[in-house]
Amino acid sequence: MNEFTLWDIVRNLLYAVPWTLLLSAIAFAGGGFVALILLVIGLGSNKPVRVAVKLYVELFQSTPLLMQLFLVYFGLPLLGIDVSAWLAAGSCLTLYSSAFLTDIWRGSVEAIPKGQWEGSSSLGLHYLAQLRLVILPQATRMAIPPTVGFLVQLVKSTALASIVGYHELTKTAQILTNATFQPFVIFGAVALLYFLICYPLTRWSRGLEKQLARQY
Amino acid sequence: MGYEFDFGALLQYLGFFLEGTAVTLGLTAVASLVGTGIGVAGAAAVGSKRPWLRKFVAAYVELIRNTPFIVQMFFFFFGLPSLGVRLSALAAAALAMTINLGAYAIEIIRAGLEGIAPGQGEAALSLGLGPLPIFGLVVLPQALANVYPALVGQITITMLESAVVSQIAVVDLTHVADFIQSRNFRSFETYLVVTVIYLLLAIGLRRLLAFAGRGLFAGRVK
Repeated sequence: MNEFTLWDIVRNLLYAVPWTLLLSAIAFAGGGFVALILLVIGLGSNKPVRVAVKLYVELFQSTPLLMQLFLVYFGLPLLGIDVSAWLAAGSCLTLYSSAFLTDIWRGSVEAIPKGQWEGSSSLGLHYLAQLRLVILPQATRMAIPPTVGFLVQLVKSTALASIVGYHELTKTAQILTNATFQPFVIFGAVALLYFLICYPLTRWSRGLEKQLARQY
Repeated sequence: MGYEFDFGALLQYLGFFLEGTAVTLGLTAVASLVGTGIGVAGAAAVGSKRPWLRKFVAAYVELIRNTPFIVQMFFFFFGLPSLGVRLSALAAAALAMTINLGAYAIEIIRAGLEGIAPGQGEAALSLGLGPLPIFGLVVLPQALANVYPALVGQITITMLESAVVSQIAVVDLTHVADFIQSRNFRSFETYLVVTVIYLLLAIGLRRLLAFAGRGLFAGRVK
């Protein structure tokens, strides 16, 4: 049997880091795209649509991510779609992050004083132009710090993808533990790697928040 | 489409669902009570004059908040035995949830303490109260009332995140679902039902805690 040195463990864990980052990036980009659409239709004047968007957000925030993963992983095959761990984790985390980002961004838009809507409307701008030219540029400044903060939550959430068999950092740690019987070292190192990814984001988010507070 | 949904097949497992729900709620209750206690103690320590204590609390909060809960739980359950600390799955789950919630509670309660005007403490001091009664009777109740909604939100998140404890074989609601779907092969129906149970638990927990808060803080909770 091969002996695993500490360097072997660390090296294998480092190989897994890009997969955690990639899954986070896909979920963030996909989620951001879906959230933007939901934001635009959810702020419109159509009441049933507004309520539907609110329910969508509430549903994802009030059920465990693990259940959402299982439903996608076991549910899609019933519709005849073959689900790989990639597809399940990617699509599920995309929907999950879209719900949270919709919530964060809607909060920023709602913090814009009503006069901005009324003023731009009196200039003859229609809904989409109001959003694009007046509201969103102002709301974006407010939305950036909590969005970066959510990124931390998203990176941590990708650890659950290990349960449906997606090979990222946590899954690799479990495999390594089974091979080496050194759970203390391995899970300690994994926690440290997550920390090295997340802590700079936390600091960045906090810095942006302070910057914003000074401007107002 | 050849698949027919059959939710009736789940009825015979009602007892399992109830047991799983009880375990999930029990773990959440322990984590909430002890975690809030850690939150109060930690938030008080942030304002202490001892730099090593402040640094220790800050390190604890940052370490927990910037690592995934599942990794923390694996560390407690699989890692601690290497140090000679052997925990049952249930104890490891309770410990991980408590330590996790404690870190978030410190942040929340610290923000609440910062929001209390210094005049409150000064007024209490001028009435002859000592440092402990000033904190416990004057400053802390107001701070807790202000941040209570955030605390309730965090407790709900802890309850939802506890689904992960099924991975170390704690027989919670999710573990019950895993077990049932391995017997009847109706994975989609089983997980859908359990998801709805979690949803109802989350809504119910928020309502219950909001109700309790109105009693605890006598109309001070906004």
